Amino acid sequence: MMNQNIKEHLSETLKKGVRYDGRKLDEFRSIEIETDVSTPAEGSATVRIGDTEVMAGVKIEMQKPYDDSADSGTLMVNAEFSPMADPKFESGPPSIDSIELARVIDRGIRESESIDVKKLCIVEGEKVWSVGIDLITINNAGNLLDCAGLAAVAAIKNAKLPEVDKEGNADYKHKSKNGLPIEKEPISVTIHVIGDTIIADPSREEEEASDARLTVASISKDVICAMQKGGSKALTVEQVDEMVDLALKKAEEIRKIL
Amino acid sequence: MESKLLIKERDVVIPGEELASGMDFLPSEGTYRLENSIYSKVMGLVKVDGKVLKVRALRGGYLPKRNDTVIGKVTDIMSAGWFIDIFSPYNSLLPLKEGSSDFIQRGADLTRYYDIEDFVVVKILSVNAQKQVDVTIKGPGLRKLKGGRLIKINSQKVPRVIGKQGSMINLIKENTGTQVTVGQNGIVWIKGEDPLMENLAEKTIRKIEAEAHIPGLTDRIGEWLKDQVGGKK
Amino acid sequence: MSYDKRNDGRGFDDCRPMEAKAGIVKSASGSASFKIGETVAFATVQGPRDLYPKFLKNPKKGKIRVFYQMMPFSGVGGRIRPGPNRRAKEISMVTAKAFEEVLCLEDFPNAVVDIYIDIPQADAGTRCAGISAASIALADAGIRMTEMVAGVAVGRTADKLLVDLDYSEEAHEEGATDIPIAVTSVTDKISLLQMDGDMTQKQLSEVLRKGIVACKAINEVQKAALKKGYEVA
Repeated sequence: MMNQNIKEHLSETLKKGVRYDGRKLDEFRSIEIETDVSTPAEGSATVRIGDTEVMAGVKIEMQKPYDDSADSGTLMVNAEFSPMADPKFESGPPSIDSIELARVIDRGIRESESIDVKKLCIVEGEKVWSVGIDLITINNAGNLLDCAGLAAVAAIKNAKLPEVDKEGNADYKHKSKNGLPIEKEPISVTIHVIGDTIIADPSREEEEASDARLTVASISKDVICAMQKGGSKALTVEQVDEMVDLALKKAEEIRKIL
Repeated sequence: MESKLLIKERDVVIPGEELASGMDFLPSEGTYRLENSIYSKVMGLVKVDGKVLKVRALRGGYLPKRNDTVIGKVTDIMSAGWFIDIFSPYNSLLPLKEGSSDFIQRGADLTRYYDIEDFVVVKILSVNAQKQVDVTIKGPGLRKLKGGRLIKINSQKVPRVIGKQGSMINLIKENTGTQVTVGQNGIVWIKGEDPLMENLAEKTIRKIEAEAHIPGLTDRIGEWLKDQVGGKK
Repeated sequence: MSYDKRNDGRGFDDCRPMEAKAGIVKSASGSASFKIGETVAFATVQGPRDLYPKFLKNPKKGKIRVFYQMMPFSGVGGRIRPGPNRRAKEISMVTAKAFEEVLCLEDFPNAVVDIYIDIPQADAGTRCAGISAASIALADAGIRMTEMVAGVAVGRTADKLLVDLDYSEEAHEEGATDIPIAVTSVTDKISLLQMDGDMTQKQLSEVLRKGIVACKAINEVQKAALKKGYEVA
C-alpha cells in the first residue's frame, strides 16, 4: 500500500520521531528465539522479530572434501523466500532477493571465520563434515534479513555433529554431544534510511518506503565482518557512519539475547 | 422425524459441522442441506433467523458487490478508462465517463485526472457473471486520496469497524481527530495532523478487528479510547 | 516374524498423538500446522487471487493449486536439495484433487486459491499430514467448503493391518504396505487413495474402514484448532 504521497506522509511522520507502530526510531520489535524446532536437522532454530518469522535448519553430512581444500570441511548457506511468507513471493527458482539474503548471511559467517572449517576435517582428503544451512521464511512482516541472520547463528549454535560408528561412517539417527567448532557469532543488523531519517528493524511498510539500506554484520562492537548496501539512493559518508554506528550498537544488544 | 437445532446464535462453527437435523429448518447463506441435516460450509458465526440458518464467515477475501464503496489503486490506463486494483481476485475498470463530471476529450491526457499508483475511493456500479467490475468516482465521498496511511483489515470485519449507522467509525474519528475512510474491501485510509492520533486510530481499528466476535464491542471500544486519549493528554 | 506390538506401543488402530494450530502465518489468507507423532506439516493459503497465465482461467469456477515441498532439513540423513522434484509434484497434484469436490469453486471463477504445504519435520505420513493441515488452513481463510478433509496413512507392517504408519513401520524389515488416504468429514468419502506395496482385496477393504474411523479423530483435532481463540468467556 505505497505510492509517492503515502511515502511522503510516512517520511514526515518519521521526521517527527514517530513510527506507525509506536516504536522509537532505533527500536527493535520483540525478539524470540526457539531452538530444536526440527528434530531430523542436526541443528535448528526459529526466530521471530515482531511478526517476522524465519526457520533455520542445519544439516551436517559426512562427505569427500573439495580437491583444492582437502583438509577443510565445507559450509553453504541457502535461503528460500517461501510463498507462504508473503503473497508477493512466487514459487519457482530462487529470486534475486533470496539469493542476496543467502549470500550476505553466508559472507557474515564465512568471512568472520565463525566456524573453523579446518576443525571439520575427519580424515584429510577423504572425509570431512559438510555443513548446509537452510533459511526458510515463514512470515514476512519486514526485516527478513536480520531475522534470517539470527536464525542461522542460533541454528549453528544448536547443532550437534552426528555420531560416527565403528566403521567411521556417520550415524544420522543419533546426535553426538559435540557441537560445531564455533569461534565467533556474527550478528547482522540492517539500517534503513527513509527521506532523511534512519531507522532500525523496518516494518513491511517501512521497507516499501525505504530509500536505501545498509546491512552490517559484526562479531563484536569493534569488528565488522560483512556489509551490503541496498536500495537506489546514494548515501553520504556521514550517513554511512551514523548507520554503521547504530547497527553495531543494536548488534551488541541482540548478542546478549543469543 | 423430529427437527432439532444443534447450535445456537453466535456459535462459531466450521465447514461440515452439523447445525440442525430434520426438515423444518432452511439453509441460507453459508449453509447447505444434505439429506436430513443442515451443515455449515464456511468457518463463521451462526445466525438463526426463525427457521432460516445462516453462517457468516469470520474471515475471507473480498468479493466485489454492487454499490459497495471500496479503496483501490490505479494500475493501468487505457483509452477506455483506468484499471483499478481493488485488492480482490477481481480487478475493476473506471470507465472514462465515470471518471469525472467534466467531459473528457478523446485523446486527453488521462493522467491529469488519475495517475498510475494513485489510490482512489470508488463505488461499484456493476459486477457481471464473470466478476468483471465497473466502478465510478462520481459521488459523495468518492475521490483521489492524498497522503495519509493505508492499512488492510479483514474485509469481513468492516461492518463492525463502521458500526450501526457509522457509530463506531465516528467514535474513532471524534476521539482521535483523524479522517478515516473504510472501504468494504478491507482497505482503510487514515489521515490526521497528529501522527500519535493516527497511530491510535490504527490501533483501535486493529483492536476492533481482533475483538469483533465478542459482544459489547461499542461500549468497550468507547471506554478504551477515552482511556488512551486521556493518558496521552 | 509377527509384528505383535507396535514400536511405540500404540494400538493398531490408533493414530500417533496429534496437535494442530490455525493462523500460524499472519500475512497469509489462512494457515495451519498439523503434527502427528514426529511428522509436522505447515499449510498456507494465499487467495482467492488473480490467476496467471490467462489460459488457465475458468470463467465457470475457480481453481486450486497445491505446492508441496519438504524443507531441506526435514529428513534424517541427507539434505534434500530444494527445487522441483517429481515426488513433490505428484503429491501436489493428488492433494489438490483431494479437495476439489468439497471446495465451493463456483464462488471464485477465473481466480485461484494457492495452497503451500511445507514439511519442516518428517517421520512418514507427510502427504496426509499436509492434507490435514491444508484443510484447516482453507477453513481459516474463510474459503467455503462442504466438508473438512483429513488424511491418514493406513496399511500393513509385516502381518498386521494398521493405521498411521510411522517411518520405522514403513521401513520394517518384514516388509510393509503404505496406503495414504484422505477422507471427507461429512459423507466419509475417500478423495485420495494411493498404495505402495501389496495387499489382498479383503485386507484393503478392512484397512480402509479403519482409516475412515481414524479420520474422525483427526477431524476433532482440526475442529479444536479452528475454534481455539474464539471461545468467549
